[in-house]
Amino acid sequence: MVKVGLIGAGKMGISHLAILGAHPDAEVVGVCDTSKMVIEALEKYSPFPCFTDYKKMLQQSKPDAVVVAVPTKYHASMVKELLQMGIHVFVEKPFCLRPEEGVELIQLAKSRNLVNQVGYHNKFVGTFEEVKRLLKAGAIGDIYHFMGQAYGPVVIKPKQDTWRSNPEEGGGCLMDYASHVIDLINYLLSPVQSVQSSSLKSIFSKQVDDAVYAMMSLQNGVSGILSVNWSDETHRKMTTSVSINGTKGKIVSDANELKVYFKDAACPAGYSRGWNVKYVTDLTAPVDYYLRGEEYSAQMDHFIKAIQGKVPNEVNSFESAAKTDNAIALIRKAQQ
Amino acid sequence: MKMERILFGDNQFFAVNHISDEKSMAQSIRFKEDAAIIKTLDHAMEAGIQTFMCTTHDRIANICEVIRQQPEKYKDFKIYPCMPYAHKYANAVTELGIMGTIKQYVPGNFFGSLFKGGVAFLSKDFLSIMELLIDAEMKMFKGINTPVIFLQNVVTDLLLGLGMKDVLVSYHDYVKKKYNAEAGFITMNMPALLNMLEEGGVKNPIICASINKVGFRMSGGKELYEETLRTRQFRAIAMQVLAGGAVSPKEAIEYVCGLPNIESILFGASSRTNINDTVSLIHKYDQVFTTTP
Repeated sequence: MVKVGLIGAGKMGISHLAILGAHPDAEVVGVCDTSKMVIEALEKYSPFPCFTDYKKMLQQSKPDAVVVAVPTKYHASMVKELLQMGIHVFVEKPFCLRPEEGVELIQLAKSRNLVNQVGYHNKFVGTFEEVKRLLKAGAIGDIYHFMGQAYGPVVIKPKQDTWRSNPEEGGGCLMDYASHVIDLINYLLSPVQSVQSSSLKSIFSKQVDDAVYAMMSLQNGVSGILSVNWSDETHRKMTTSVSINGTKGKIVSDANELKVYFKDAACPAGYSRGWNVKYVTDLTAPVDYYLRGEEYSAQMDHFIKAIQGKVPNEVNSFESAAKTDNAIALIRKAQQ
Repeated sequence: MKMERILFGDNQFFAVNHISDEKSMAQSIRFKEDAAIIKTLDHAMEAGIQTFMCTTHDRIANICEVIRQQPEKYKDFKIYPCMPYAHKYANAVTELGIMGTIKQYVPGNFFGSLFKGGVAFLSKDFLSIMELLIDAEMKMFKGINTPVIFLQNVVTDLLLGLGMKDVLVSYHDYVKKKYNAEAGFITMNMPALLNMLEEGGVKNPIICASINKVGFRMSGGKELYEETLRTRQFRAIAMQVLAGGAVSPKEAIEYVCGLPNIESILFGASSRTNINDTVSLIHKYDQVFTTTP
């Protein structure tokens, strides 16, 4: 049994908590949130020990691992404290507000040999995993262009503010929404090296960006476009997609459907010349407990298994998430 | 009260497509007008389906209005509401936080009266908040026959993972008391949910779960689902029988009709042809499995 604590029982935190609660190898030893109402509800109806002070939780519950799902501005200091105590850490995305904060945490986790993971769940989506596999095998030849997109209906009219609408706390579409797409590009193709131009637009929010458009180049020389908008109500929920052009074909994928075009018959097993369509239903491994998508359970299962030494701590490490933080900073800097 | 063998779902009306965002958009365009929804419901009724299982989406309120205006046409028609329409709340939580969302959706001046009574009272009364949210979601169905009222899977499964057995049981009891209806639970974790409901003293619950030949969204595995159907007492509704298109309709229906203890099959379709084809397949395989020993 891995003893796990959770700090921050907001939208993501509650979801992680339910997944951990159902995980056969995890024991939830403590939940902490500053909202009295949330904590009292959990105290009354869930079996988990509850706290409003995370330091008290760490002291009393002595977790092996902690899931951190608090506003981004607290990530760096809280994660550092946990690592110094020898605790394995899963932290929500984005990793840190400023790229320089991440450097120290990567070193600290490494030197202490602690499992470290960030919640970029798209890497556990079957279609995107298949895209990675195809690209690794060079299936569509030399890549020359990509387009990464995400759209959804988060802020669709002027509204009152939360931490997500405060740029100082890690709010805004770039940090919250676009980070998923950037991280996916980093993972599938290569980390972002430079940003030629970018535009951060406020549509309904007063202080933060609601849409991000950018032209960027990757370390491997490939260039492409980022287009993300969380004020787009034509999408029922967040839709993330990538389109990748190569000399031998093209890949278009979202979290549900993968479409691959091959120019000639020399293509991987299971594919043929022309368009091929595969669905996430065929590409996704079943999970023991399902909440909002297999990927959320799979990423938490990966974290638990990494702590148990059953899988290497490779996917979504602090190191990979820091590259996404870096790209976020580059996009901000390149604003026209 | 026995449920009908075939229940008509609403995903196609609200651009819910589990495998294709393009199809989602096409559906969204096709069902832009309420008249298109009514027309498809007519096709379902012509095929002999009298139960519409639908989420508490804002647009369903318009459909309910049409139903109320034509009592003769809809005299045998039933709606099984499924609450809440989760994306409404999920998007609100991202934007407003949990407290902000409750403030926005709990009706009337509930908060005002609670704050008058003091924060201590508020913190102890979560089940009252739940009851008020249920009432708010049920408002649109006034005057319509709603014999089963479902909790959507995202909420059922969240409560399951959080170990909140009492809340699930309270939902069950409240729906019975206030609406004289059966509570239903939609889930992607049927065996685990059944265990928890039974522990909470809920007997023979109505559970709507993803049940299909390829094991799609059947957490715990297909074998465990089949065994649960064989050996346990509950009223099962099979949904996602086509596994998002991974199985051919014929194979899909043959599998589900061959399983024991499935009271109803839920499916949704946009065209008259698809509705009729699916209904005929279910009748055909029901015949096959009742006549063969």
